[in-house]
Amino acid sequence: MSIHRNAGADTLALHAGQTPDPVHHSRATPIHFTTSYVFEDSEHAASLFNQERAGHVYSRISNPTNAVLEERIAALDGGIGAIACASGQAALLLAITTLMGSGGHIVASRALYGGSNNLLAYTLPRFGIETTFVAPGDHQGWRAAIRPETRLLFGEAIGNPGLEVLDIPELAQIARDARIPLLVDATLVTPMLQCPLDLGANLVVHSATKFLGGHGVAIGGLLVDGGNFNWEASGGHFPTLTEPYEGFHGMDFAEESPVAAFLLRARREGLRDFGACLSPMNAFQILQGMETLGLRMERHVANARALVSHLVAQPLVESVSWPELDSHPDHQLAAQLLPKGCGGVFSFSLKGGRKAGAAFIETLRVFSHLANVGDAKSLAIHPASTTHFRMSRNALLSAGITEGTIRLSVGLESVSDLIEDVDRALYAVQKVLA
Amino acid sequence: MRLNLSGHLTDHITFCYTGGQRLERDRPTALFIHGAGHDHSVWTLQTRYFAHHGWNVIAPDLPGHGRTNGPALESIEGLAQWILALAHKLGTEHPVVIGHSMGALIALQVAATAPVLVSRLALVGAVAPMPVAPALLDATLSNRDKAHALINQWSFAPHSQTGASSIPGMNLTALNERLMQRQAPGVLHTDMAACNAYAAGFDAAARVRCPTLLLSSAQDRMTPPKAIAPLAAAFDKDIPLTRVVLPDAGHAMMSEAPSQVLDALWAFVNSSHATGQPPT
Repeated sequence: MSIHRNAGADTLALHAGQTPDPVHHSRATPIHFTTSYVFEDSEHAASLFNQERAGHVYSRISNPTNAVLEERIAALDGGIGAIACASGQAALLLAITTLMGSGGHIVASRALYGGSNNLLAYTLPRFGIETTFVAPGDHQGWRAAIRPETRLLFGEAIGNPGLEVLDIPELAQIARDARIPLLVDATLVTPMLQCPLDLGANLVVHSATKFLGGHGVAIGGLLVDGGNFNWEASGGHFPTLTEPYEGFHGMDFAEESPVAAFLLRARREGLRDFGACLSPMNAFQILQGMETLGLRMERHVANARALVSHLVAQPLVESVSWPELDSHPDHQLAAQLLPKGCGGVFSFSLKGGRKAGAAFIETLRVFSHLANVGDAKSLAIHPASTTHFRMSRNALLSAGITEGTIRLSVGLESVSDLIEDVDRALYAVQKVLA
Repeated sequence: MRLNLSGHLTDHITFCYTGGQRLERDRPTALFIHGAGHDHSVWTLQTRYFAHHGWNVIAPDLPGHGRTNGPALESIEGLAQWILALAHKLGTEHPVVIGHSMGALIALQVAATAPVLVSRLALVGAVAPMPVAPALLDATLSNRDKAHALINQWSFAPHSQTGASSIPGMNLTALNERLMQRQAPGVLHTDMAACNAYAAGFDAAARVRCPTLLLSSAQDRMTPPKAIAPLAAAFDKDIPLTRVVLPDAGHAMMSEAPSQVLDALWAFVNSSHATGQPPT
């Protein structure tokens, strides 16, 4: 069951989580640049520390500006609440460490952002948390990979780099059958294109650095709880949530709040102890971006569609990977789960391998050559010569990348300028290959 | 805390939240009763405060709600008998009884049925009678999602619908909706029908013998403050009656204005009154 929204998405993007400042009546969200908050008296201090009164104590744990951002993304995503983190990676780590410790196991999509893959494949095993990777569309593989110690299923709404569409309703059913939560990284879709909680997911992470902010000036992450997982009915698999925690006054989080237990623990332990909190300045900047999220996502999608249409007709382009194309294996799934569009990121392969890819990238003028996505400005990268340059041709192919693959993050510029830029780069490729 | 109320209306496991504290004989007791479609967690901040400030807290999940199994009970009178059975089972002496919405009707009926037992009575978001809009009552049967949406629309003040939450990072309307979704199908309808059918409110008020608090919110559309006057008038003139209206909250005041609700309750239980059993 999804959550009823109190207003349309564009309205929530502007208003959710904030009412005008009651003291100074400022319309914009104030930046609360403070580490800490004055207590009224000792009694007030004690009751805040013991979770007997709501309020702020220390900005590592909560901050009024961050709270606006948290409530805004929760309202958009249909979650009961959220926690702002220092980055998308911090949000992912917070989700994992709230649910499990050493001995825990994750089943994750193989089509992940490189940073998430590093965390799961290399870093977390040092701390006793193992991950089994499966192809995102291999439903039987997901079921088969679940073990008694599995505590989480994890995938990206749109995978990297092949733009695989995660079948969230199907994976949510697999998760329910196993009494395990499903966490979805919705960075590339944002709540304007898809709300995974509405499709049955239990938790969502966003790298707010990308489309949510949109300006490319602030790193940030968000962890959203759907409040739709019954921790107490999971067979004792989540003792962090269902047993008294000596680290916080013996609190049994699920007893305290059956619905909000996950967020209580994540904030009272994860933010408190690991400390990957978001700066209120970054929260403010991300909020500024989110005010125009709906408009921007429409434009990202429209520009991406125009560029895809242009590129598929070019003789130097071997293939274009974009779920809205009939040729993409997840075309039908995309039509079902992403009816408003598949975002602003796609990849295509040039004929002519690494040499062609390098020539293309180096000739672009409007597109910026860098390793990011989701900026208002158009971005491009040639994985074979940058992020994946140590990999052999065969290794690249197994990761779904050719030597001529280019990944574009299509921005908000006039689309005629983007097409002209791409044509100029294709002409350079033609000359190199001649 | 889980206990078995065998032989007292329901033969099922009952869950009572105690704020993480053991019940102690030498402490005063506050009994918190939740409303329709809810469980004990609607009182989470207020109950924790009481439990860590010298009080025994008993915040049960009513039958069929939260962790207490069995069918939901169909009348306010039946629920009041169940609360009295619970208090008896726990050996509770002279509790302060605090109820919200449907829980307030139950608390009122408890205080009327056992006037010697109850030391003080706090009715939060209460009117009597408590008619339920036909559209809402129908929706609780035919369309739960619509019922939940209507309840949220009428329970939260306009600025709480999308505005800043009193609890950092929490989306309060969604939290309330998820809590209602967790209750078994039919429970919300049974609760609402019980509220709708309860006709003994004025008679019950007249039988109350302890100091009473009527705590309401100016922006409450479920139980508007202006509708409280007939209930207030039904109490015996000798009963100390305290009325508090919170200006910036709606029916869901325990989450919209948790500290203001706590302050009103705390001031009430610690006030000196000419009648009624002292809490300490």
